[in-house]
Amino acid sequence: MSTVNLFTDGEPIRDTKAPEGPVEQRWDKRRFGGKLVNPANRRKLSVIVVGTGLAGGSAAATLGELGYHVKSFCYQDSPRRAHSIAAQGGINAAKNYRNDGDSIQRLFYDTVKGGDYRSRESNVYRLAQVSVEIIDQCVAQGVPFAREYGGLLDTRSFGGVQVSRTFYARGQTGQQLLLGAYQALERQVAAGTVEMFTRHEMLELIIVDGAARGIVARDMVTGEIETHTADAVVLASGGYGNVFFLSTNAKGCNVTATWRAHRKGALFANPCYTQIHPTCIPQSGDHQSKLTLMSESLRNDGRVWVPVAKGDKRDPREIPEDERDYYLERIYPSFGNLVPRDIASRAAKNVCDEGRGVGPGGLGVYLDFADAIQRLGRKAVADKYGNLFEMYERITGEDPFEVPMRIYPAVHYTMGGLWVDYDLQSTIPGLFVIGEANFSDHGANRLGASALMQGLADGYFVLPNTISDYLAKGPFPKVGDDHEAVVEARESVTGRIERLLSIDGDRTPDSFHRELGALMWEYCGMERTDEGLRKAIDRIRELREEFWTRVKVPGENEELNQALEKAGRIADFFELAELMCIDALHRTESCGGHFRAESQTPDGEALRDDEHFAYVAAWEYTGDAPVLHKENLEYENVKMVQRSYK
Amino acid sequence: MKLTLKIWRQKNADDPGRMVPYELDDVSPDMSFLEMLDVLNERLIVEGEDPVAFDHDCREGICGMCSLVIDGTPHGPQQATTTCQLHMRHFKDGDVITIEPWRAAAFPVIKDLVVDRSAFDRIIQAGGYVSAPTGSAPEAASIPVPQADAHAAFDAATCIGCGACVAACPNASAMLFTAAKITHLGLMPQGQPERYGRVTAMVAQMDAEGFGGCTNTGECTAVCPKGIPFETISRLNADLLKATRKAS
Repeated sequence: MSTVNLFTDGEPIRDTKAPEGPVEQRWDKRRFGGKLVNPANRRKLSVIVVGTGLAGGSAAATLGELGYHVKSFCYQDSPRRAHSIAAQGGINAAKNYRNDGDSIQRLFYDTVKGGDYRSRESNVYRLAQVSVEIIDQCVAQGVPFAREYGGLLDTRSFGGVQVSRTFYARGQTGQQLLLGAYQALERQVAAGTVEMFTRHEMLELIIVDGAARGIVARDMVTGEIETHTADAVVLASGGYGNVFFLSTNAKGCNVTATWRAHRKGALFANPCYTQIHPTCIPQSGDHQSKLTLMSESLRNDGRVWVPVAKGDKRDPREIPEDERDYYLERIYPSFGNLVPRDIASRAAKNVCDEGRGVGPGGLGVYLDFADAIQRLGRKAVADKYGNLFEMYERITGEDPFEVPMRIYPAVHYTMGGLWVDYDLQSTIPGLFVIGEANFSDHGANRLGASALMQGLADGYFVLPNTISDYLAKGPFPKVGDDHEAVVEARESVTGRIERLLSIDGDRTPDSFHRELGALMWEYCGMERTDEGLRKAIDRIRELREEFWTRVKVPGENEELNQALEKAGRIADFFELAELMCIDALHRTESCGGHFRAESQTPDGEALRDDEHFAYVAAWEYTGDAPVLHKENLEYENVKMVQRSYK
Repeated sequence: MKLTLKIWRQKNADDPGRMVPYELDDVSPDMSFLEMLDVLNERLIVEGEDPVAFDHDCREGICGMCSLVIDGTPHGPQQATTTCQLHMRHFKDGDVITIEPWRAAAFPVIKDLVVDRSAFDRIIQAGGYVSAPTGSAPEAASIPVPQADAHAAFDAATCIGCGACVAACPNASAMLFTAAKITHLGLMPQGQPERYGRVTAMVAQMDAEGFGGCTNTGECTAVCPKGIPFETISRLNADLLKATRKAS
């Protein structure tokens, strides 16, 4: 079993480039301190943006509007399909339209606290500041937000906060915001400032003289390996939740873009911070290909329970009241069914581990609306949750009005990502990382309705302002296709593809992905232990070996080859999985989405260790044991406290 | 259950293509339609055959990437449901299911069940937006929108751009797709300044892409997984008429 030398310690990170001074003045100071690019010179400067979700789509559109020459890439057939489209709940902004005491300071405070004090104050404060501009921008684009009778914007309270600051568009806020960004992007395509490359996947980063200067991308229709060069590269390629195989991510979501950059020198921060959402539809069998989220608003009226007895297979309607365990209400009498995501998820896992789970494989708990239907009437429940009940019935074939829903936690979001400074620049000059792909704003746990806020903050407002300081140093010497670094990057990609195609083994790419995912879920999921993580690391290494000797990728490169696409992504997931486990192993505290069984309070709650772990763990790739660089987190504006929900 | 699938196989754009039968045992009623195809593909890979290419991504009915004409109907037999949300419990043991790609001149087949829908992006490029560069926006609350308009705009804005409307239309018209965007933006105050230029440009682009004309058969709205209302097309036509009058 792995014991020693899983990683080594490196130099701490001392400078995040955040300006000094009061936190509320830092963004102004940075914008004033940064160099600008003359409008006439912008068209001579080119920027590659990988990914077209909220962050990438809004960034590419905005950079195009500013006059830069932008090349935008997505693996889907249209930029409108990026997985931001699936976000349901809403987007936070400190508008204080409700006059209920909200402010930039409060949004900042809630986000730092919600992140369990593992995020960077300067970045989060800026996020809260910019939040108000995002709503203005999206409304101007014609995003059909929910409205009051008087025609003004409606808001709701979300994720347990006490103010009503979440703007929404029914249960499809992500879709509407993304279409806003997509339309702005297509407008720039028409204007000629943005060149769009759909069905293209980034497979390598090109570095020239230490700076990011381009990417290698595969045309997924023809298989052609293309090299694209630019003056700067922006990664907006999303999170890595699909390392678990089953998650609420889209099937194509992957870590390849960020992982390739990591291998070329970009530090990867806090990879173990993953968010597990408590209300998803459970797996129905071995054929399961993805998991579907049900809005957590269901917990406002549904009661969560499992049978008291192990292995109770009775129809839930026949189980009498005194043989049911409403465990959240029992353990957390003051918050009950409304405890935060991480706590609700872990409690569900615990009762299932005890053998009291329900449904296929015993991996589910009931979310019961019988009381709500009796109390409010069937119509009121239908008005509130009708569309969710329909979605549930479509997938499971069961009617929640008749039978209690079954839910189970699922991987939903990854807080970790490439390390970036205050300018959203990675440790590779000229490589910027935005949205879920970076690590910066959510600490160890993301609050509901904050992902959309961060993606659009980065793309519309932060990056377009900070990148100019870098681009002002240009134009940089032109890099030709025959440049040594370009040739080398292209050859490494073709070599890898040839290798994958030549193994000709007896196992499908998906079979490896499923096995890796199950391993990660077991040992690096909702609860992690020293022993389990070490076991996982050993097993991941064995499985990776097996992958490279037994995987079977049919067909050839020069065609649309979905098995080849998958195999390449899985190869990178293997490497990421090991780093996630190492990160989880070294962080012996519990915080946010990271629960270490060894670090809990006497009554079983997460126990943070601020004395030893109030830092960002940024990992350097070496090809062997990774090197840990710590960025210490200092809190000048928020006092650190232990969370409690009892 | 046991099924026979007849699937359109086409190696690339130049290949004429053909229907190929596959037998599949042990299909669980709880599987989604795409999971059933995953099972087939896993088997094909192990047997050394080329797996069936099909587009899909979110698998929760919102990205618009999945397609498939199932037994002659885009997105299959269940109304208001994308292929990825269709489950096998709607089929029975012994069924023979035909699976084909979207059929339209403007959506050429790339491989098997995968088609090129980039024409939709170009229709949006022609004018499916509000020109509001980042930073130029007025304070959000300064633009009130009557709630009823916001609702109707939203109903149109839920279009996922999947192209089922085109696949179902006997003329392969993209009218419902285009009308959804015209309606969404035309009902919002933000969309007014460019309203008439937008409809003219988008319809011209739709024609240029080779989509057919609309003859009001209504097949589009019947298969639309998001239930985009048929009257959006009347709204488009009304705007187009006004635009033409203004121009003359």
